[in-house]
Amino acid sequence: MSDESAPPAPWHETLLKVLKANQVRLITYVPDRVLTPLIGAVHADGFFTVISPPREEEAVGIVAGAWMGGVRGVVLMQTSGFATLPNVLASLAVPYQIPVLMVVSERGTLGEFNIGQAMVCRTMRPVLESLGIENHTITRLDELEFIADRTIQQALLTRAPAALILSPLLTGGKTVRK
Amino acid sequence: MSATELSPGTRDSAKVMNRTDLSKRLVARLHGGEAVIGGIGNTNFDLWAAGQRPENFYMLGSMGLACPIALGVALAQPQRRVIGIEGDGSILMQLGCLGTIAAQGQKNLTIVIMDNGSYQITGGQATLTARGTDIVAVARGAGLEKSAWAADEKDFETRIDRALAADGPWLIAARIDDKPPAAETERNPARIRDRFMQGLGVKS
Ligand SMILES: Cc1ncc(C[n+]2csc(CCOP(=O)(O)OP(=O)(O)O)c2C)c(N)n1
Repeated sequence: MSDESAPPAPWHETLLKVLKANQVRLITYVPDRVLTPLIGAVHADGFFTVISPPREEEAVGIVAGAWMGGVRGVVLMQTSGFATLPNVLASLAVPYQIPVLMVVSERGTLGEFNIGQAMVCRTMRPVLESLGIENHTITRLDELEFIADRTIQQALLTRAPAALILSPLLTGGKTVRK
Repeated sequence: MSATELSPGTRDSAKVMNRTDLSKRLVARLHGGEAVIGGIGNTNFDLWAAGQRPENFYMLGSMGLACPIALGVALAQPQRRVIGIEGDGSILMQLGCLGTIAAQGQKNLTIVIMDNGSYQITGGQATLTARGTDIVAVARGAGLEKSAWAADEKDFETRIDRALAADGPWLIAARIDDKPPAAETERNPARIRDRFMQGLGVKS
């Protein structure tokens, strides 16, 4: 089989590889259906320490503390989870210059079936923009590694939080159709 | 441990102490580079007033996150003892973190709750602890078995010493009065963070 005919690695394998390559050892999450394969993979991989606190805000606190202690971490969440974070981002991560990494599975767009999710989604980018937080929406597999890797590096080097938004175009998202 | 040492005590039977005094007593017992995270407002003000150790972190916002931040530090540096100090109003806002810490079984972590039964800094409005919620009972219910009320100042010191010597996670709750803090923390977050990381021996 030639390289061209081999199917590309799924998004979660590439993302896991990028996290490892950047020594991001602490994974925290509040679950999301789309993130399931990534969550399963980090649990199965001894490289990572995985913690699942009941609130995203708590996860940001844990990751912030770990970074100050010398361990890099990330918070995995859904759009609605991000909507609970403006206070901690504005009063901890941004002013203290702590590179909290966030991976957000995007619900609420491109075929959303729940109007609540659609409304919540509309709050996400204005919050990120108003706080000046670097964020990128990843739509393509062939751009995933570059965007994720460079965003993580920039966050760490500039001591600033950053968000990677995983579009349904990348992950398939969640729809009513089975 | 004796039966009395294991007994959680009750909020009603705990002596009402003073936060400035307890913060000084706590800091006086630190000799091993322990990291201390002070929660929002008065809690970190009195930590600041007790001596500006480089291993101290002062929270200027993010109400309720002193213990999660302490857990993160404790995870990153398992050889170091870490203490999170939080007010009752603050811990009530983030009770889930007690379960996270219990589930993680974080041995090098101690939580200290300064319970004045009120949101003192915003005007002294009553919190739920003034109306029957017992933080030690909540913590034990969340899985933190080594949780207890400090009966008085001497007992507080004994419990701190034990928490710094033996495996946790520990939770020590102290009833405190409504006296104001002894000073106010300098509000320079980037400097606080930078100094804290230097204190922890981490290059930022
Ligand atoms: C999310 C959030 N809600 C409300 C506030 C306002 N606030 C700041 S400190 C505080 C009270 C803290 O109470 P406690 O932890 O008991 O400490 P005390 O003031 O009694 O020392 C409140 C309500 C805030 N900063 N953040």
